[in-house]
Amino acid sequence: MASRTIKSLLVLCLSLFSMAFSGNVFANEKAAQTEHSNPAAANEPAAHEPEAFNVTETILDHIKDDHSWHLWGHTSLPLPVILYTPKGFEVFSSAKFMDEHHEEIVYKGNYDYKIIEGKVKIVKLVDATEVVDVEASKALWDFSITKNVASLFVSVLILLLVLLTAARAYKKTGITSAPKGVQSFMEPIVLFVRDEVAIPNIGKKKFAKYMPFLLTIFFLVLVNNFLGLVPFFPGGANVSGNIAFTMTLAVCVFVVVNLSANKNYWEHIFWMPGMHWSMKLFLAPIELIGVFTKPISLMIRLFANITAGHILVLSLICLIFIFKTVYASAIAVPFAVFIGMIELLVAFLQAYIFTMLSAMYIGMATEEHHHEAHDHDGHKNVAHH
Amino acid sequence: MFLLEVNPLVLPDIGLVFWNTIAFLVLLIVLGKFAWKPMLKAISERESGIEEALLRADKMKAEIAAMQNENEALLAKAREERAGMIKDAKETADKMVSEAKDKAKQEYDRIISDAQLAITQQKNAALTDVKNQVGSLVVEVAEKILRKELSNKAEQESYIKQIAEGVKLN
Repeated sequence: MASRTIKSLLVLCLSLFSMAFSGNVFANEKAAQTEHSNPAAANEPAAHEPEAFNVTETILDHIKDDHSWHLWGHTSLPLPVILYTPKGFEVFSSAKFMDEHHEEIVYKGNYDYKIIEGKVKIVKLVDATEVVDVEASKALWDFSITKNVASLFVSVLILLLVLLTAARAYKKTGITSAPKGVQSFMEPIVLFVRDEVAIPNIGKKKFAKYMPFLLTIFFLVLVNNFLGLVPFFPGGANVSGNIAFTMTLAVCVFVVVNLSANKNYWEHIFWMPGMHWSMKLFLAPIELIGVFTKPISLMIRLFANITAGHILVLSLICLIFIFKTVYASAIAVPFAVFIGMIELLVAFLQAYIFTMLSAMYIGMATEEHHHEAHDHDGHKNVAHH
Repeated sequence: MFLLEVNPLVLPDIGLVFWNTIAFLVLLIVLGKFAWKPMLKAISERESGIEEALLRADKMKAEIAAMQNENEALLAKAREERAGMIKDAKETADKMVSEAKDKAKQEYDRIISDAQLAITQQKNAALTDVKNQVGSLVVEVAEKILRKELSNKAEQESYIKQIAEGVKLN
């Protein structure tokens, strides 16, 4: 708990820092962009001058999604770009956004595309300068297999491979023999989700229906958290620290919770029983907001925790470049390793928390006759003791 | 809105949302059908099997304990019976021995008394016989003596006179 508190404090500080600096940075970037975009300026040997090291930009660059998967040095794995525009679908390799000198260039498809701040935009030439065509870009739908999507697919493949192997073992060896290999590694985790997450929160009667959902969420988050900690290919993508990923899962939880919600749940939201009518009127909007804040909190918690961890590690490594001396690594690397250890814990913890809260929300939505049940239990307990 | 515009980190990309939804649904369906279902089924089956086996073991234990108790009771009863039987046998034996002793004594007494009786009878018979023989011998001797003494007439008559004098006619 202590480490979590310390971590959240650090996270808070760093997020504040990044927030504070981001405005500044983007102003700088824009200036640089216009300079670069100018073909006359780009051709000048000014590019060889050492650029000032920008911490925020470096860190954000590592955390953000990308259209190619950086492997090492100047080598990147190009990924397919899939665009939908009013003129239809377009598929091409992201390598086409780079020339042989690793400079970003315009790709001429149905429109003129260019990667601006890591995202594909439609550009137009104004006074011999490429600027973003804001109106046209609004109609651009980017379904590209980005680094995060590719990493997500890798995690899906890993999950399918490992879990189907584990499941096959039950068929092969039967239920009477002790679990072996992958099976013995997976079974405790499955049992953990069942006994510590699903049953205590949903109850023994209804948990079975939600087990596949909870298990899938748990393993997907867990594997992506772990893959995010691997600094090189096929890890390195920040999937579970991406708001789109957490949003999708949170929406899934939202859908499942509200579809399985019973009358009792809605009654507690819109017309809280056992209250004065004025109190009921007062509580209804608050409870209604709660319906949405629950998945939103899920979304932000996972996103913030994982992103914060990555920012921490990257910040520590960036110290070396800030001080411009290799001796800084004497401090930076041990700290980065230490934070990395904590991140391993956090990776598991966040998967657990996400799943547990999902189970709790489902449990709240499917709970029946809250007060009577408690009363009944109380009586039973008295009778038992 | 300002925050969303400023920080690209909190701006979800439609592409990732789209692919993520597909990936999640595929995982949910495929894993749900081919991984979670058989796994959970096997685990719960195994658990119920273990529970059953434990229950069965408990039941067996109770049964064995009951059987042991029964055996012990039976053994105790058998021991008791044996003791009783031994006691009975001893008693019977003692009785038989004493009875035999009694009977033997009676027989002995009877034989002794019979023998005594026979001895007495024979003694009496012998005595009688001796008496008879002595009598007859006496008579013979007396006859012989008398014949010799009464061979002359004078003597005969003196003797008769003598006897006659002895007989008193009253």
